[in-house]
Amino acid sequence: MENRSLIQHFVARPEFGPFVLLVVEIAVFWGINHDFLSPQNISNTLAFTVELGLIALAMTLLMTSGEFDLSVGSLFGFSPVLMWTLFNSGLTSLEVGFVAALLVAGFIGLVNGWFVTQLKIPSFLVTLGMLLVVRGTALFVTDGFPQRTWSAEGSWLAEALVGDFFIGPFRIYMSLFWFIAAAIALGYVLTQSRTGNWIQAAGGNPNAARARGVNVSGVKIGLFVLSSVMASLAGVISSLRTSAANPNSGTGYELEVIAMVVIGGTALTGGRGTIIGTVLGILILRVMRNGIVLIGVPGLAYNIFIGAIILGMMALHSWLERRHQAGT
Amino acid sequence: MAEPLIRMQNIRKSYGRVQALEDANFHVNEREIVGLLGDNGAGKSTLIKVLSGAVPLTSGDIFIRGQKVSLRSTSDAIAQGIETIYQDSALVTQLSIARNLFLGREPLKPPRFLNRMDQDAMNTVARDLLKQVGISKNIPPTTPIGSLSGGERQAVAIARAMHFDSDLIILDEPTNNLGVAETQGVLSFVRNARDSGHSCIFIAHNIHHVFQVVDRIVVMRRGKVVADDIDPKKTSVLEVERIITGMSDKEIRDAIADGKPSH
Repeated sequence: MENRSLIQHFVARPEFGPFVLLVVEIAVFWGINHDFLSPQNISNTLAFTVELGLIALAMTLLMTSGEFDLSVGSLFGFSPVLMWTLFNSGLTSLEVGFVAALLVAGFIGLVNGWFVTQLKIPSFLVTLGMLLVVRGTALFVTDGFPQRTWSAEGSWLAEALVGDFFIGPFRIYMSLFWFIAAAIALGYVLTQSRTGNWIQAAGGNPNAARARGVNVSGVKIGLFVLSSVMASLAGVISSLRTSAANPNSGTGYELEVIAMVVIGGTALTGGRGTIIGTVLGILILRVMRNGIVLIGVPGLAYNIFIGAIILGMMALHSWLERRHQAGT
Repeated sequence: MAEPLIRMQNIRKSYGRVQALEDANFHVNEREIVGLLGDNGAGKSTLIKVLSGAVPLTSGDIFIRGQKVSLRSTSDAIAQGIETIYQDSALVTQLSIARNLFLGREPLKPPRFLNRMDQDAMNTVARDLLKQVGISKNIPPTTPIGSLSGGERQAVAIARAMHFDSDLIILDEPTNNLGVAETQGVLSFVRNARDSGHSCIFIAHNIHHVFQVVDRIVVMRRGKVVADDIDPKKTSVLEVERIITGMSDKEIRDAIADGKPSH
């Protein structure tokens, strides 16, 4: 295996399929409509991409550990609502409201993790229940109305999270740097750190991990907390950027995020995960959403393409996996 | 007689009304391979689970080199030098050989707060261990366990126990589903482990495999140890099979009387 050429090694990586797909996608969209690669379009696409991307990065680690979290979309909507409600009512400053929103999200992650690891309930059911609780709370607290958000102007928090500036013709938001930092940090954790080894072992063979003294429950609870906090952070960033805090926002994001992660090559069954793949998966889906509108396909047809991509990529990953098992 | 490495005394374990172990007495000496035999439901697995800290005992005592110990978790057992290699759950197939070897005890590169595994050191040690345990093929330590054969996987698990200086290595069905050549390989890994100073408990349904490698055979039936001093060199497979399948105590004594070694 060490004698494999560099190209063979690259082709055998789980990220190879998503990488090719992304290149093809960009080439096709650019071929049909040259505006696709215009600075303005790239800037617009990136702004929201990194917000969903933050959730997908954390979800990659969670799914590698063999679990997933359906409550992320509801937290995306709930956390900014909570922050703005605290701020608008005069109870706290914006910054304290922000910290409170993250803490509450962390607590929700803790509850998810506790139910999954201690009561042994599948994460699908636990986080589905939590999705309804969190979304329901957001709707109930706000009577279903968006919160006032216009007073974030000039706040250092807003500047740090979504302050924008221009690099040449590109409008860049600070959130892009947070996304890059998170991708590097979590990629490091997954591939280089001891914790990463435990995460993969927890998803691959939890009994073997436990027999080696790895605290599998602790690892999973930690990742549920991370997933909730990242969803909360993404929601706040999105809310500050768009000056909107709608209790309904984030609906359906959980499935889009999970799709991004599996398209990137992370196994839904756990044990194997890739941050690079997830970054590619994020770009594939967001570029698709943007591109099909630009080339004139009705936006309502978006899901057909996404579904087809998921099925195609799963077939590819399954084929690669079988090749890998056969040792070829 | 010197104090054995492990002594389990009057071990009882009940699951509700079911008595899985009933006053079981069992010991393993230093540098000894003990074959643990018994039919399905005889209590072998429960005894091993108690010894590996996977299930708590209801009553009884466990001594390691004469010192009473309490094994409340697998971590406790590992800390006391008892390593259990379960048939299917020993390794993580997605991880590499080196990452499996060090799982739970990964060496870190300084500065430690970065939590960064020393993968070069792990790979170097893994390469040496694979040689030591007797794998002749040149398998890189970065190979995922999933692409190894059953025998090679057992070798990796045994190598891990040897590396972390476990005094006792418990092997649960290590030769199951293996071909003839692979089985012989695993048996030689077990002998290598004993020769380098480790004790082993060897559990297998195939009595012939047990006979080839163990120093002493212990038989369990209905939660009790019914024979614990069978010398495989002086006892026939048939006699041991009769003990396993159940006979009166007198018949058992008669059966093993000829081959009973003196103390």
